[in-house]
Amino acid sequence: MFGLDNVDLSRIQFAYTVGIHFIFVPLTIGLALLMAIMETIYVKTGKEIYKQMVQFWAILFAMNFAMGVATGVPMEFQFGTNWSYYAHYVGDVFGSPLAIEGLMAFFLEATFIGLFFFGWNKLTKIQHATVTWLVFLGSNFSALWILVANGWMQNPVGSYFNLDTMRMEMDSFSALILNPAAQWRFLHTLTASYILGSVFVIGVSSLYLLRKKNVEFAKRSIMVASVVGLISTLITAYAGDRQGIIIHQTQPAKMAAIEAIWDTESYPAGVTLMALPDQEGQKNLYAVRIPGALGMLVGGSISGVKDVIIENEARIRSGLIAYNSLNEYKADRTNTQARATFEQHVGDLGYALLLFRNLQDISKATDKDIQIAAQGTIPKVAPLFYSFRFMVGLGILFFVFFTTVYVMTIKNTFAKSRCMQYIALWIMPLPWIAIYLGWFVAEYGRQPWVIQDILPTFRSASHLSAATVWSSLAGFFIIYTCLVIVDAILMVRQVKKGPNNG
Amino acid sequence: MLDYEILRVIWWLLLGTLLIGYAIMDGFDLGVSTLLPFIAKTETEKRVLINTIEPYWEGNQIWLVLGGGAIFAAWPAIYAVSFSGLYLALCLVLVALILRPVSFAFRNKYEDTKWKGFWTWTHFVSGFLPALLTGVAVGNVIIGLPFKIDPFDLSITYHGNFFQLLNPFALLCGLVSLSMIIMQGSIYTAMKTEDALHERSKVIAKYAGLLLLALYAVGALFTAFLVKGYIITSEVIANAPSNPMYKTVEQGVGVWFHNFVDMPWTLLAPALVILGVVLVLRFIKLDKMFCALIASSTAIFGVVATAGVIMFPFILPSSYDLTSSLTVWDASSSQLTLQIMLIVTIIFLPIVLLYTAWVFRVLRGKVKPSSIEEEY
Repeated sequence: MFGLDNVDLSRIQFAYTVGIHFIFVPLTIGLALLMAIMETIYVKTGKEIYKQMVQFWAILFAMNFAMGVATGVPMEFQFGTNWSYYAHYVGDVFGSPLAIEGLMAFFLEATFIGLFFFGWNKLTKIQHATVTWLVFLGSNFSALWILVANGWMQNPVGSYFNLDTMRMEMDSFSALILNPAAQWRFLHTLTASYILGSVFVIGVSSLYLLRKKNVEFAKRSIMVASVVGLISTLITAYAGDRQGIIIHQTQPAKMAAIEAIWDTESYPAGVTLMALPDQEGQKNLYAVRIPGALGMLVGGSISGVKDVIIENEARIRSGLIAYNSLNEYKADRTNTQARATFEQHVGDLGYALLLFRNLQDISKATDKDIQIAAQGTIPKVAPLFYSFRFMVGLGILFFVFFTTVYVMTIKNTFAKSRCMQYIALWIMPLPWIAIYLGWFVAEYGRQPWVIQDILPTFRSASHLSAATVWSSLAGFFIIYTCLVIVDAILMVRQVKKGPNNG
Repeated sequence: MLDYEILRVIWWLLLGTLLIGYAIMDGFDLGVSTLLPFIAKTETEKRVLINTIEPYWEGNQIWLVLGGGAIFAAWPAIYAVSFSGLYLALCLVLVALILRPVSFAFRNKYEDTKWKGFWTWTHFVSGFLPALLTGVAVGNVIIGLPFKIDPFDLSITYHGNFFQLLNPFALLCGLVSLSMIIMQGSIYTAMKTEDALHERSKVIAKYAGLLLLALYAVGALFTAFLVKGYIITSEVIANAPSNPMYKTVEQGVGVWFHNFVDMPWTLLAPALVILGVVLVLRFIKLDKMFCALIASSTAIFGVVATAGVIMFPFILPSSYDLTSSLTVWDASSSQLTLQIMLIVTIIFLPIVLLYTAWVFRVLRGKVKPSSIEEEY
C-alpha cells in the first residue's frame, strides 16, 4: 500500500512510537527535578505550601509517567521485532547500555515511584524527600544509558567487526561510556527536558494567575521553575555547541547538511544564517552569511557536500574490497592473504553494504552503482538546515523568556502582568517542538546509516511482510491516539481542578 | 577474564533468574489484575484489590523489561530470532503492556461506573494476556520455532505464522503459566486483604494450585511421549565464537528427558513444583499466607527451571532448519561483553533487591477499605 515496504513502515512505526513516547519522557524528567527541589525546600523551611506543590505536580507527573512507561516498552521490543538484523549485528555492543538502563535506572524509578505516592504517611520528611530524589535520579540514569546507546549509533567507538560471528563486538566498555558523542548529547537532552518541565510549570501556574486562583502556589512554582529553566538553557546551549564539534569530527555529511555547505570551506568557515538549499544543483540559491563565525565555533576546515560524496565514493570502493576478501576468506579459511586484505579495509565494510539497496550481488557493482550509492550518503539538506536553525532560535527564545520571568518574579511584577502570563501560557508547546527538531537533526541527519559508517538502516530490518507491519502500525496508531487524547483530557481536568481540591 | 564456557553457563543461569524473578514478582500483580473483575464484588473491594498491587507492579514489571534487555545484551541472536519470529504474538503482549500502566493511572480519575468498568477490564486484559501468552511462547520454544539462519551473514528468516503458535502443547503450557500466576495472585490477595476477599482468594488459590499440578503433569506426559526434543550430535566446543552454523542437530521423541537421565539432580526442578504446591495447600489450611506465598514462589521456580533444564544446552531450537538452533554455546555475546555485564549485575542486582525489600517493608500490612480514602 502506498508503495511502502517493510523498511519504510518499520521506520515510520519506530518514529511514530518514539515520537509519542517522547511527549511524556522529557515532561516527567523535568517535573521530577522540580518536584525534588520543591520537596527539598519543604524539608528545609517546613512550609506546607511546598508539600502541596509537590503533591499537585506529582498528579500530573503520575499520568505522564504511566504514559511514558506504556509507550516505552514497545521501544525496547522493536529492536528485536522490526530490526532483528540490527539486534544480531550490534546487540553485543548496543544491548549492554539497554540492559544496564533496566538494572540501574528502571528498577530505581519504578520501585520508588510507588513509595513516593504511598509513603507520605509512612516515611519521615527527609526519607520521603530522599525517595523523590531517587525517582529523579532513576529517570536521569535512564536518559544517560539510552543516550550512551544512541551516542554509539552516532559515533561507534570501542567496537570491532568479528568475522567469525559476523557482527560488531565490544572491545572497550570505557570507550563506550566515555564516548564524547554520548556525554554531550546526554547533557543536552537532559537539560532540554528540564527546560520543557520548567516552561510547563510556568505555563500552568500562569493560568492560575490569569484566573486569580492559587496565586501563592503559582508564584512559588514559577520562582523555582524560572531558576531551573534559566540555568538549564545555558547548559543546553553549551552542550549543544560541544556536540557540534563532535559532529564536525565524526559525521561530516550531517555537518555539511546542517550548515548547507556544498563546497569545502577552509578555516575559518562562515556561518549561513538563512539560505535556500538546492539539493539537485548542489548549491544555495540564496544565502545570508557571517564570514568566519562557524570556524570559530568548531575549528578546522569544514567539508562540503561535494567533497563528502567524493570521499564516500572512495570508501565504498574500499568497502567492496573488504566485502570480497571476506567472502574469499569464508570460502577458504586458510587464505591468509584474503584475511589480511580484509583487515586493511574492514573500516569501510559498512560502505559496501550501502550497495545492497539496489543490488542483489554487490561484488558485481559498476562505477555507476557506486556513484549512486555515494550520492545516497548525504541526507536531504533543506530539512536539516531549517530544523537546526529553528531549534537554535527556540533555544534563544527560551533564554529570553526565562530571564524575563526570573527578573519579573524577583521584582514581584510577573503576578501583575497579564501579558507575560498569556505569553507563558502560549509558549507551552514550543519546548516540545524544539526537542523534536533536535531529535530530527540527530537521527535524520545520520541517514542512510542506523550505525554511522557501520550499518545502513535498510539492512537492519527484519524479514517481515509489509502487511504484517501495516497491521502493527495501525494497532499502535489507534491505541496511542486514544490514550493521548484521554491523557490530555485528564490533564486539562486536573489542571482546572487545581492544587486545592486535587 | 573468566572462561567463556563458564560465562555462558552463568548467563544462562542469570537469564533463568530474571525469568523466575519476573514470574514470581510480576506474577502476583498480573494474577491480581486477572482476578479483579471476578473476585471483587463491590467498588470498594476493587479499589482494595488494586491498592494491594499499585505501589509494586511497576517495579515488578521491570523484571520483564530487564529480561528483554539482558537477552539483547547477552543473547543477541535469541533476541533477534524470537522477537522478529513471534512478531504478532509480541504485539499482542505489547497491547497488554501498554494498557497496564494507564489502567492504574486513569481508573480513578472519573467517578463514573462505566469508566471504571472499562478500566477494570483493561486491568484484566493487561494481566491475563501476559500470563497466558508467556506460557504459550515458552511452549513453542520447547517444540522449536520455524526459523532459518543464513550461513553467510547470519540474517534470519521466519517460516511460520501466528496461528501455528496456537498448537495444543503451547496452549497447554499457556494454561500452566496462567494457573501458576493465578495461584500466586490469589495467595498474595489473601495475604493483603481481610474478610470476604481474603476467604474468596483462599478458595481460588487452592484450586489454582491443584490445577497447576494437574496441567504440569499432563505437560510432562506430552513432553515424554509426543514432543520431539533436540540434541547436538556434533562435537560441542563450548568456548567457540558464537556462530550456530557449524554444528549438527538431531530430533527425537523423548529426547528432552535425557538431561534428567544424565544428570538426575535436575529432577529437583519437578520435585520443587510438587513440594511447592503441596505446601501451598497446607499453608492455606493453616491460614499462613506469607508462607503460602513462599511455597507458591518455590513452585514457580520449579516450573520455569523445568523448561530450562529439559532444553539445556538449547535455548531456542529451530524446527525448520535444525542447524540454525540456538544454544548456550553458540548464541551468546562475546566473552568481554558477558564478563562486563556480569560485573555490572553483581554490583547492581543486590542493590535492587535490597531497596525493593525495604520498600515492601515500609508498605507492609493489610490493605483496609478505610485506607482507600488516603489515596492521592
